[in-house]
Amino acid sequence: MIDYLLTEEQIMIRDLARQITDEKIRPVAAEYDRTEKFPWGIMKDIAQADLFGVYIEEKYGGLGGGILELCLATEEFSKGCAGIAICYSASALGTYPIILAGNEEQKKKYLPSIAKGEKLAAFGLTEPAAGSDASALQTTAEKKGDHYVLNGLKHFITNGGDADIYTVIAMTDKSRGARGASLFVVEKGTPGFTFGKKEDKMGIRASSTCELVFNNCKIPAENLLGREGMGFISAMRTFDMSRPGIGAQAVGIAQGALDEAIKFAKQRKQFDKPISSFQGIQWMLADMATQTEAARALVYASAREVGAGVKDVGVHSAMAKMYASDVAMKVTTDAVQICGGYGYMKEYPVEKYMRDAKITQIYEGTNQIQRNIIGMGLIRESSK
Amino acid sequence: MSGITVYKDKCTGCSLCAKACPFDAITMVDKKPVIDLDKCTLCSSCVEACRKFGAVEIIRTTTQTPDIEKYKGVWVFAQQRKGVVQPVTYELLGKARELADKLKVDVTCVLLGHNIKDKAQDLIFRGADKVYVVDHPKLEHLLEEPYARIVSNLIRKHRPEIFLCPATSVGRSVISRVAVQLRVGLTADCTGLDVNVDERYLMQTRPAFGGSIMATILSKHHRPQLATVRHKVMKEASADPSRKGVIEVVEFDNTFFISRTKVLNVVDEVTSTVNIGEANIIVAGGRAMGGKENFKMLEDLAKVLNGAVGASRAAVDEGWVPYSHQVGQTGKTVCPTIYIACGISGQIQHLVGMQSSDVIIAINRDPAAPIFNVANYGIVGDVFEIVPLLTKRFQEVL
Amino acid sequence: MNIIICVKQVPDTSEVRIDPVTNNLVRDGVKSIVNPFDMYAIEEGLRLKEKFGGKVTVLTMGPPQAEAALREAISLGCDEAVLVSDRAFAGSDTLATSYTLSKAIEKIKDYDLIICGKQAIDGDTAQVGPGIAATLDIPQINYVRKVEEIKDQTITAERVTEEGYEVIQSTLPCLLTVVKEINNPRLPSLKGKMKAKSAVIQVWSAADIAAAEDRIGLKGSPTWVLNIFTPPPKPRGKIFEGEAQNSVNQLVESLKGIIH
Repeated sequence: MIDYLLTEEQIMIRDLARQITDEKIRPVAAEYDRTEKFPWGIMKDIAQADLFGVYIEEKYGGLGGGILELCLATEEFSKGCAGIAICYSASALGTYPIILAGNEEQKKKYLPSIAKGEKLAAFGLTEPAAGSDASALQTTAEKKGDHYVLNGLKHFITNGGDADIYTVIAMTDKSRGARGASLFVVEKGTPGFTFGKKEDKMGIRASSTCELVFNNCKIPAENLLGREGMGFISAMRTFDMSRPGIGAQAVGIAQGALDEAIKFAKQRKQFDKPISSFQGIQWMLADMATQTEAARALVYASAREVGAGVKDVGVHSAMAKMYASDVAMKVTTDAVQICGGYGYMKEYPVEKYMRDAKITQIYEGTNQIQRNIIGMGLIRESSK
Repeated sequence: MSGITVYKDKCTGCSLCAKACPFDAITMVDKKPVIDLDKCTLCSSCVEACRKFGAVEIIRTTTQTPDIEKYKGVWVFAQQRKGVVQPVTYELLGKARELADKLKVDVTCVLLGHNIKDKAQDLIFRGADKVYVVDHPKLEHLLEEPYARIVSNLIRKHRPEIFLCPATSVGRSVISRVAVQLRVGLTADCTGLDVNVDERYLMQTRPAFGGSIMATILSKHHRPQLATVRHKVMKEASADPSRKGVIEVVEFDNTFFISRTKVLNVVDEVTSTVNIGEANIIVAGGRAMGGKENFKMLEDLAKVLNGAVGASRAAVDEGWVPYSHQVGQTGKTVCPTIYIACGISGQIQHLVGMQSSDVIIAINRDPAAPIFNVANYGIVGDVFEIVPLLTKRFQEVL
Repeated sequence: MNIIICVKQVPDTSEVRIDPVTNNLVRDGVKSIVNPFDMYAIEEGLRLKEKFGGKVTVLTMGPPQAEAALREAISLGCDEAVLVSDRAFAGSDTLATSYTLSKAIEKIKDYDLIICGKQAIDGDTAQVGPGIAATLDIPQINYVRKVEEIKDQTITAERVTEEGYEVIQSTLPCLLTVVKEINNPRLPSLKGKMKAKSAVIQVWSAADIAAAEDRIGLKGSPTWVLNIFTPPPKPRGKIFEGEAQNSVNQLVESLKGIIH
């Protein structure tokens, strides 16, 4: 691995996440994949290790790090199980709107328990009719005196049902389109807020993906994050922040699969030789390793840029998410290929990486949408 | 001055010593080793590596037991449990007899317990020339303080040169206290014992580094030389009812029986199968067993062979089998006549716990699994297919 | 409740390999770890502290680099750490080690409980724990799998025996050695790791603990290693492959005379 000149603290975070992965996650990854149970035990381990707060300011009980710190932990967890890793990083996704748009009181109220890992967060944007086109939202929030009333349905929500704190986007003024969307905090247990179907997924099966149902759900007006009408912009800024995290997840998946492929290639003998001695295999491994490293470099660079508060990070974070997830899909597919028949069997860990990799090309903006962002950015840049 | 010395004239600059040092204490400067004494623990790995050239030596000046030549005889600690002498004692007696015959001295047993006097005769039949019996209600359970106090006292009085104790949990606990009270050497968990007849010292062989190496330990200048001996390694002495010997009941005053610990309860955990430490045949399962319910087929095989069921750490960690069945570094060390490893890949931590078994049989679908390197017999195949067939076949022939 | 935990830094034996050509132990690149059994001792100490309050001090004897083991213990939550380190300790066997640690414990003074792992994985002697208890002349409970109760200056614990377990009661202060079953050790926390990085480790020499010269190091060690050898490798056994029933029949045939 390239020396990314991480700080001592960042190395500590990475090593601790690696220890949790090796000692706690790897032994149970296959079981969670099979049973689809939510990994509460691991969440507790991560909480106890203080890792839920790496990106949260110290005054709210975090460690004061940034996106890169979050990425380092996510990457390590993903090497062991991307499903468990996403439970961790989806909580961060649900927290960013509070960090980005919340006022001091809201931050004080929600961030400490999230930083301690006592409560998980989730982000509620996607709806059945609003996927890539996030402006087609149907969920509404109607202001009535000192509260809002929410109605509608969110689906494919990661950590749905298991999180306690939900940041939800809903239309306060449908006539204004995207400019009529607003962000709210909804706590689990609020009357009128229930959970629908839990999805049966191809990969990241340890994580829960669930519908959020709002049926005349009354929340106090103070749960509005930022101003009315700013919801869509906050959501886009949230994704700018969170995309490197998906990139890190993808890098972890690719690295995990690569490690397994190398291990297998050294052990597996055909024609009286370990298959790792064949140039054909070596070339595949060389490509896989180079692509994984390139993805990592892009993800870290983007995470540093986002973390440093640079303006207009959208294009770069889109590049990081898109490239790393495409690499993860390719590397995991090749890893299965190297392991041959064994790679295809559920008894061995490689096929799981391939199943887990696919979602990274889809969620938090499909890679096609990422290309749109990059493309439009390029055109905009060139016409300046 | 005691310490480590390098003889530069004998050194060939081969740097084997530096490679052997587990503490990175040796660096080669101008093709000669330089030892960093801050790091060196005098563990003698380098001396061993340089055996061929003899360029590194550890010089020891140590204290010596006064009147060392007056220490005579081989003693055995007879371990009893609930008033029954434990079979491991007979294994020690067999070895003690052999060593004593070489040294031309007597074998003495120390038997502590309550209502235990009548058990002394059997120790004579099994090779003891003399038995010291201490019989007292306070000795019913094995408690470290009174047991150690009494054993130390008997040793001070009668001065044996060698004292053997079973390497059982209680044996180890008591004898460690005795060693400190007498300020003599103690070698744990020996698997081989021999004597140098001319210099009358005990050569104690024991596994170290999890069994990947063996070490021979000496305690030349102190008496007695204490050793705990691993169960099921030495051959049990058989009983000869014609043997004669002396049984001496020794009385101690009450201060000897004072104990700050007391036993509130003794619980035997009854399992469906035999204690794996005692079993002659063990059928063990690993991760490839895939689940708790599949251990049933191992139980079936064990039942046919009148053996016990063991497990690798992986299977125990999965919760398929209780910890008391775990074989290996963090579990039990076993030494049965036959060990059948089913779906156990053979990580070093597991091998450590079973590699001294007489016959090892491995069943694994991966022909490259390390377990086959230590196996006397092996079958490459699916455990779920092989084990039931094996059970059936044994049923037919046994 | 003041607790002292004795730990040892050991080479990770799971990484020690035998060179197939020279038949020597390959220690190259083997990392040092806290003896795994001592991790259970640390965890138990921390849990008792959380329950009864007080302080956990972690103690080790070793070369200067053994400090890393103490920092790891601090990252888990131990309050203080003492490294007993001196060239004069080199070559210590279990007797000299028990004496040296006991002298350090006497200097630490206030303690109710000493907890050790049941044995170290490099030596597997299980002698130092009881040796410390004997040197300090305090009671011991070995192979503890559960601490049942601590009150009125007594401790009740279950100790594992070959046949099951015994419930033992002892007065305090007392020394425990613990087995794997007793708990599930925690992982360090980030805050703990940061604390460990800057923690001050006390380093005590032979003079600091007033150790008698003839009871430490080589001089105080009655036993020593004469030689080390690797057990001769077993010749490769008979391995049956192919059709299952056939393999089974051949195996059972081979075992005639061994199983009857």
